[in-house]
Amino acid sequence: MNIFLFMISCILTNNFIFSRFLGCCPFLGVSGKVSTAASMGLAVTFVMTIASFVCYMVDQWVLVPLGLLYMRTIAFILVIAALVQFVEMFLKKSSPAIYSALGIYLPLITTNCAVLGVATLNVSAEYNMLYSVLNGFFGALGFTLAIVLMAGVRERLESSKIPKCMKGFPISLVSAGLMAMAFMGFSGMV
Amino acid sequence: MTILYAALTLGLLGLIFGAILTFASKKFHVDVDERIEKVKECTGGANCGACGYAGCEAFAQAVVKGEAKATGCGPAGAEGARKIGEIMGLNVEVEERRVARVLCAGTHGLAKNSYKYDGYRSCVVASDIAGGPKDCRFSCIGLGDCMDHCAFDAITMKDGIAHIDENLCTACGACVDACPRSVIKLLRVSQNVIVRCRNEETARAARESCMRACIACGRCKRECKYDAIIIENGYARIDHEKCTRCGDCAKVCPCNCITVE
Repeated sequence: MNIFLFMISCILTNNFIFSRFLGCCPFLGVSGKVSTAASMGLAVTFVMTIASFVCYMVDQWVLVPLGLLYMRTIAFILVIAALVQFVEMFLKKSSPAIYSALGIYLPLITTNCAVLGVATLNVSAEYNMLYSVLNGFFGALGFTLAIVLMAGVRERLESSKIPKCMKGFPISLVSAGLMAMAFMGFSGMV
Repeated sequence: MTILYAALTLGLLGLIFGAILTFASKKFHVDVDERIEKVKECTGGANCGACGYAGCEAFAQAVVKGEAKATGCGPAGAEGARKIGEIMGLNVEVEERRVARVLCAGTHGLAKNSYKYDGYRSCVVASDIAGGPKDCRFSCIGLGDCMDHCAFDAITMKDGIAHIDENLCTACGACVDACPRSVIKLLRVSQNVIVRCRNEETARAARESCMRACIACGRCKRECKYDAIIIENGYARIDHEKCTRCGDCAKVCPCNCITVE
């Protein structure tokens, strides 16, 4: 599969949120404003790319040789948690501007299941190192696309007159469902 | 044996990551002023932006840097300002709590409508269509833009004008910015004698458009013993410096547009 098709597949067809339903927590939690949603997307892209790289190394060089494949989940969680902590400290020191832009979203990613999801998907699909990293990066771009689109929709929902019982989360969930259905249109494309 | 391997591997991984993180936390250590967090806890926490900063966090940073006043947070109120002052080691002169007041009393039936408005429920939209559905160009349109912008549910729409619950209002000013007619003003709680009209038209025109319009007759000014009423631009205004809140003006107003809250 060439890289372009792989990109389309990661971003649209197998979108993390709309077709795999991973990472729904930040998708609903921080999609109130386009600017914060974009920051969250940036943070997730950053972490997912590095996480798929590091998880690949841990998997290939530690777990596979020792025959400890059943420990993948717990090892990956450990890697991701440590990585996020490290990235946070590093950014705080080296570039306060990015750190304040990402703000509280960075530590939140520790528990973002899309990050763990990409690591597990990489090993189950038996991608090589390049494709693992690309899967993380493009998958995160798909996540960013979804969350920014959702934020755009929710900004408009803010200013429209909605029946009181539907205000806030109910209408957001309805629109998320409609968007997921729209993304279903991409299925079978790649 | 496998169990031992598993435990050892995970333990070692954990140990390595722990070591890296410990090293990183020393290497990348940044001093953060702990007062920022404390000040942030004392703010309203609504991220309303009324202080002029990008949120409660940014406001707290500005306070610690000495750029913002301890009293800058409206929603925190007097109590919050006092606490922020304590954290910063300042003597804070607490300003009196303010609330938003609606300067219009033109309810349904009292204020004349110039046409029936059936469009989008927004004051901004309605005010652009032939001067708004109410005859008076200075009135509260009553479609609830301020209510939609209030983060504290302090505003309700009743009989075609906005009502503000002064116990819930935090004087964040969101409604003041939202109102296309600038009918809402932030006033001190004690400034409770209010002329609820800003109609600048001549007496006859004002009276024709609304039964509660101030016609600048001057009876309140004559009645006031403290010279606290100013009549200009076609309506009466109260000088809150001089007003003693006796309420005599409200009793004599022929249009009932002066109220004591």
